[in-house]
Amino acid sequence: MLEVRDLKVSFHTEQGPARAIDGVSFDVAEGEILGVVGESGSGKTVSLLAVMGLITDPNVVIEGSIKYQGRELVGLPAKEMRKLRGREIAMIFQDPMTALTPVYTIGWQIAEQIRAHNSISAKQAEQRAIDLLAEVNIANPHEAIHRYPHQLSGGMRQRAVIAMALSCNPSLLVADEPTTALDVTVQAQILDLVRKLQKNHKSAVVFITHDMGVIAEIADRVMVMYAGRIVERGNKVALFSNPLHPYTKALLDSIPLLEGERPRRLKSIPGSPPALLNRPKGCAFAPRCANRFEACASVPVLPNAGHDAACFKVNP
Amino acid sequence: MLLAITRRLGQMLFVLVGISILVFLIFFATPGADPSARIAGRNASPEILEAVRKSFGFDQPFYMQYLIMMKKIFVTGDLTSFVNRGWKVVPAVFEAIPVTLSLVIGAAVLWVVFGIIIGTVAAATRGSWLDKFLMVLGLVGISMPVYWLGEVMNLVTQSRYHDTWMFSWVPPLGYKNISTDPRGWFLTLIIPWFTLAILYIGLYGRVLRANLIEALQEDYVRTARAKGLSETRILLRHALRTSLTSFVTLFGLDFGALVGGAALLTEVVFDLHGVGMLTYNALLTLDLPVIMATVLYASFFVVLSNALVDVVYIFLDPRVRTA
Amino acid sequence: MSEVVLNTVIKSRGPWATAMRRLWRDRAAMAALTCFLIILCMCLLAPVYAGWSHAEPFKSTLDATIQINGQTVNVMEQSTEGLGLGYNPIGPTWQLGNYFLGADNQGRDVMSRLLYGGLNSFLIAGAATVLTLFFATLIGLAAGFFGGVVDAVLSRVLDILWAFPVYLLAISLSIVLIAHGIEIGPITIESGSLWLPIFIIGIVYIPYVARPVRGQVMSLRQSEFVMAAIGLGASNSRILLRDILPNVATTLIVFIPLMMALNMLTESALSFLSIGVQAPDASWGTIIQDGQGLLYSRPMVALAPGLAIVLSVLALNVLGDGLRDALDPRSKIKLGRG
Repeated sequence: MLEVRDLKVSFHTEQGPARAIDGVSFDVAEGEILGVVGESGSGKTVSLLAVMGLITDPNVVIEGSIKYQGRELVGLPAKEMRKLRGREIAMIFQDPMTALTPVYTIGWQIAEQIRAHNSISAKQAEQRAIDLLAEVNIANPHEAIHRYPHQLSGGMRQRAVIAMALSCNPSLLVADEPTTALDVTVQAQILDLVRKLQKNHKSAVVFITHDMGVIAEIADRVMVMYAGRIVERGNKVALFSNPLHPYTKALLDSIPLLEGERPRRLKSIPGSPPALLNRPKGCAFAPRCANRFEACASVPVLPNAGHDAACFKVNP
Repeated sequence: MLLAITRRLGQMLFVLVGISILVFLIFFATPGADPSARIAGRNASPEILEAVRKSFGFDQPFYMQYLIMMKKIFVTGDLTSFVNRGWKVVPAVFEAIPVTLSLVIGAAVLWVVFGIIIGTVAAATRGSWLDKFLMVLGLVGISMPVYWLGEVMNLVTQSRYHDTWMFSWVPPLGYKNISTDPRGWFLTLIIPWFTLAILYIGLYGRVLRANLIEALQEDYVRTARAKGLSETRILLRHALRTSLTSFVTLFGLDFGALVGGAALLTEVVFDLHGVGMLTYNALLTLDLPVIMATVLYASFFVVLSNALVDVVYIFLDPRVRTA
Repeated sequence: MSEVVLNTVIKSRGPWATAMRRLWRDRAAMAALTCFLIILCMCLLAPVYAGWSHAEPFKSTLDATIQINGQTVNVMEQSTEGLGLGYNPIGPTWQLGNYFLGADNQGRDVMSRLLYGGLNSFLIAGAATVLTLFFATLIGLAAGFFGGVVDAVLSRVLDILWAFPVYLLAISLSIVLIAHGIEIGPITIESGSLWLPIFIIGIVYIPYVARPVRGQVMSLRQSEFVMAAIGLGASNSRILLRDILPNVATTLIVFIPLMMALNMLTESALSFLSIGVQAPDASWGTIIQDGQGLLYSRPMVALAPGLAIVLSVLALNVLGDGLRDALDPRSKIKLGRG
């Protein structure tokens, strides 16, 4: 359904161009949940913003190909892109506190999106907003549509944002760390909600997070990103049981286990991710990798197989 | 909410009393000269000085003097000028108020409309030549002394180009009553309105542009884009709407300040006999009672209009309304 | 997103060096600075110009004559309009040193007066700025740092001053002081002294600066590095001087050109209303007032000083914008209202 090929996103800075995304390719199939993991700055959000056409900064250059249901999105006129956005592809953002316009009621904001894409009356749009709020388990939806964002708790707001994203039955939903800003108990509820809605609406979901635990909970397939590239990709079960890339291994090692013997100390990855303008020439993870060798001086490719990693140890 | 309003009213009252005390101190307690000599004006005779002393109770304690001043201005309204013996000051202020209001309200309409247009267009085209041009234009507007601009306007419309088709409609300087001559009222005020408005158009255009650009960086604008709304709708319904709250605050301050005396320079240049002109004439003759009255009424108006803005604010910003 | 990127990009130089580099690269700000300095230097040369031109800038010289193209011309010409009773001052000759911009209604050389007037305008605006910044910093520091009763009292006083329309406050102060001057303890300011407008303009704008300074000090007071200093037992004066003042300094520096601009406009307005600079001294405001009566016959008398004000104020505003962008891009100091 979504095919991204060799996507590159570069920023023009005072000190020359900086490549935030360096040749990323992936697919999203109908109805699946793809988890995208990586540290902040790994490019997971930027690549999905590029898919949404939400990078408006004139200093940014986007290259490569993004095909949505066979249609090329890179270079698509803004007006056409706008018709897709919100109707076909919807997005949920990280911080529900700031994601809603403070001066309008949530009912108004949901109805606004519905009416931007469908020619229906204000009355019908309001009814649809009420139904949506009920669907995301907000109590008293008749009353809730008249609430302003600041009158709702963080979890409630995120539910409202999700209701808004689902309002036009999108076939692809991009969720950018939707649970990060929430309390742990609320996080679980929201994850359940996303899963339930994904089943009901049969949308595909791209779920961005830095939390391997969340991925384990929700994803069908996983894509691990590091320094603007995909380092490993595969089925969730395969990837968790048999991580190939040293970075993925390190990520999994840093999660506390619920069963079995607890390690005395959680492992952490030595060093820190490279700065955007200062990325290594070859494999970006090499400086932090215990297994590096001569081959790591060039960029490893990610084979287009079911479960594979961009690492010379795995694919010599 | 009731508590907030009560607190606001209390604060307003405090500022009002504070201002009146400040005015009292400036006029009656500034060291350097006998206040009765100041009030009586230049070359006053001993009899007049004596009359002033008695009228303002300078033989009584300070707080009595303050009360006498307040009574004369706000209760009995019998404050009289000693330069123009016997001239009642308070009715003169009330007569002048419609002129000042005509000038300021008209200018306010112009500057709000043009300020919003310029600020929005500049923000929508940010970084372009149009944006730069509008911002430079705004800065020039802010940098011009309004009375000088008024003189240039007069030079162009009353003298140099008065006999051309462009400005032959401009009537001579002065004010026409709106009820007896609405057409004359409108025509005489057009040039003063624009003159007064230009500074504020520049100011509001620049401030609004900055606010809009800041608002366009907000997360909710990204949400609005993700919803598939048009850029125009995002700019007007989301960014502009949230920026309007600070716009209204600024407007309240400026509108109040203008009615409260800042329009004085415009009135002087265009010979409009409003409150500012009254103040100016009193300045020339050192007629202190007149200035006392205009200053107090004007600053009270400022405080009042600021309080009014807070009420409007409540309607514009739901966060304040339901807090 | 691009902001995140840029933050990682800018290498750490000293904050001042970075700011100066940014300012140096800001072409508009540099042009404004140059323009301002040129006008200032021209005004500083006023005595030289006046001495060289032999035209009186301050005394009325109704019977003076000058040479134009070998002909002797009266500075005050008999009016040819109306009854022919009035006198018209000579218009611009466009010859430097020879009534370049013409004469005013007392036969004085407008060009000389313009330069001398500019000197006064800059002097008053500059001195008033120093006064405002000094007292505003004191008040802002005290209110923001000590809080409690000090803050409550100072803030209420600032509230009252803030609500008081600037021009009305200035007019009230002027009219009380103009005829008799003021004596506060050892300080005596005579009426007609330039210190009077400096003092008045300096006072009325204190809340404009003191309020933002207070706010900044309050947030600095809560910041971790000040908390740490307090925890380490540093004295109040040390914290104020070493930790808080340097951070407030950027705000104050941005305020300098903006307040200068605002003060120039205020000074000229007060002088125009005849409660600023007093005759025989001149400032750009008083010259515009001199020119008001001659507006339709000799417009240059009013036009020239007005243009000088617009240019200077514009330059100062552009410079202020540039300084703000260079020093403190995220600050919210707004252009003052005049």
